[in-house]
This record gives sequence, structure tokens and C-alpha cells, in this order.
Amino acid sequence: MIRKLLAAFAVLCAGAIVSAHAADKIDPAADLKAFQAYFKQQFPAVPLDDFVNGPYAVNKGMRAQWESIMQFPPYDFALDAGKTLFNTPFKNGKTYASCFPHKGVGIRQDYPQFDAKTGEVVTLELAINRCRAANGEASLNYETGPMDSIVAYMAETSRGKRFDIKVPKDPRALAAYQNGKQYFYSRRGQLNFSCASCHVTAAGKRMRGDILAPALGILASFPIYRSDWGSMGTVPRRFTSCNSQVRAVALKPDDKAYRDLEYFLTYMGNGLPVAGPGTRP
Amino acid sequence: MKPIAIAILIALAAATPALAAGEQDFTAAYAAAAKVEQQALAMQAAWTTTEKTLKDAKKAADAKDYDHATALARQAEALAKQSIRQAEEQKTAWRYAVIR
Repeated sequence: MIRKLLAAFAVLCAGAIVSAHAADKIDPAADLKAFQAYFKQQFPAVPLDDFVNGPYAVNKGMRAQWESIMQFPPYDFALDAGKTLFNTPFKNGKTYASCFPHKGVGIRQDYPQFDAKTGEVVTLELAINRCRAANGEASLNYETGPMDSIVAYMAETSRGKRFDIKVPKDPRALAAYQNGKQYFYSRRGQLNFSCASCHVTAAGKRMRGDILAPALGILASFPIYRSDWGSMGTVPRRFTSCNSQVRAVALKPDDKAYRDLEYFLTYMGNGLPVAGPGTRP
Repeated sequence: MKPIAIAILIALAAATPALAAGEQDFTAAYAAAAKVEQQALAMQAAWTTTEKTLKDAKKAADAKDYDHATALARQAEALAKQSIRQAEEQKTAWRYAVIR
């Protein structure tokens, strides 16, 4: 009997070790397949594309409130401001259109992307600030203000296009992807929560008054007007906010770790439509 | 000199270094805590609680409440150590949470 128990324990241990080693293997396509399958299984009644609507996809009451809110979307002011900012020439006469493919229209689904020249992940916010620097303009705040308006406008011109994040077979790109994955699953803060604790394990469940959004498609609606903030915010703003909520010291909004996290998480939503800008409680 | 006066003098002499020791204890405890917290920050593992406890310790020291300040500094050091331990553990533990 004891032998049988020991054998069973050894098999369990070996399984855990094999699983851990499997997590070390960098295979974005396999990760994506498993990630999306998990959420389809957890929420069989939710159409795949609807995951971009976060908590509204998994809670009827919240969806009804959201549909009412959307009669007068609170991000409309940001959209108007963003369109103006996007088309206003820099001091040198050029505009943001000069920095992006397709003049910056309908490209949200391609960000974040790996930049082979610098060997790092470039988010849309970073690309906007790089564009400004290249044209002799000062950087914008990454989290809110004019930045969220410009990103809102660029997202709106991309609505419905499918996320198509590429992880090339460049070891630096794969390392960035893996860093993002590690960040997503690592517990941090005094409350000992990972991103996955809320948005995988407890997805769809309540956290105080909130319904936790599933991680699948969670970034598709950014930037968002968040009622809790009373203003718009970009993905980096949400990351710093999440960190603070679990009592972890937030990183700089353009920190490499956040960019890698956004790279991983957006890649997990490949195939889902751009839905930004959005609203959240 | 009367014995009572001698006793008072001895008590005063003993009390003065004790106060200085309180400040010294705080300075040492705070420096130790700040050092560990710097390590946690460098590892991107720091907790907001540690930062707040360090600030509270400084405030208590500014108010000359060295016993409380020292206790808070030691608490901050313990929190900083825990945050580093968490980060060290998570270097491998995260793998077990991955969706497969």
C-alpha cells in the first residue's frame, strides 16, 4: 500500500516537473491556443469576439448598465480631442501620420510590436512619443491626458480589425514575450496576487463591487474611460493601477516589464477585434 | 552631598545616554531597512506597505518618538525582506500557474 502511495506521489511530482519545464519552453502559438481554449471552456456561452468587452461579456447586469452608458459614450470627448491632436502639425509642419504605416490609420491591431533595431517591444504609446521626439516635440505622459486621446482616436480608426501581434523568431523577441508571460503569472505585492490571480483564476467572479474581467481580450478596448478614475487611461495606467491595488510599488509606465507584459497579453488576444476606446466601471 | 541628590544625578546621567541610544537605534534600524528596500526596488519587487512604513518611521523619528520609529523601521525591514523572498520564490513558482 505504502509502495503504491509512494509511486503515485512520484508520478504526481514528475507531472509537476514536466509541466513546469513545459512552461519554460517558449512557444507563443501553443500558449495562445491553450489560453483561448481555457476561456472558451470557462465561459462557453460567451462568443469569442465578445471577450473584448471584459466584464460586460460575463455579467448580464453589468452589460445592461454598459449598454445604457454607451448611448452617450464617456470617451467621446477624448476621441474628438484625439482626432484634432493627431492631425495638428508639429512645429516642423509634419504630423503623426508621417511616423506610422498607413498614415497611422487602422493600425492599432499591430501594437505592441517588436522593434528589431532596438531589440525591444514598442507599444503604441511609446511609438507616439518616439514620433514626437523625432519631430522635436516633448514626450507626453504615458498614462493619461493628450496621449490617451491620441491613442483613442487611433484605436477608433482600427475598430473591428483583428489583433495580429507578431512574435518573430528573434531570440530577443522571444525573450520579451517570455518576460511578459512571467510577469503575468508572477505574484507580487503584499496581497500576493498575480495578474492571473484575478483575470484567470477569478475571472468573472466578484472582487468587492467589481466583476473581474477575463484576461482574454482584456486589452482590446484600451484606452478606456474608467468610472473609478473619472477619466481616460492607457494600458500603462491600468498596469500601474493594478500594481498599486495589490500593494506592489508600480513601475514607470514605460518600463520594459510593462511593455513585455502588454506584448504577451495582447498576443494572447490575437484574432480578437480592436474595440477601443472603451469604458469600464 | 545627600544620598538622594546623588541618586538623582546618577539617574540623570543614565537617562541621557539612553535617549541618545534610542536615536542611534532608530538610525541603524532605518538604514538597515532602507538598504533592504533599495534591493527590493531594484528587483521590482517592492511593496507599497514597506514604503509607507518607512515614511511613518521617519515621521515618528521627526517627532522624537524613537521607540516607535525604531519599531516601524524594523517592521519595514521585515516587509522588505518578505517582498524579496516573494520575488525569489516567484522566479520559479510562476510556472505552475501557466495555462496549458
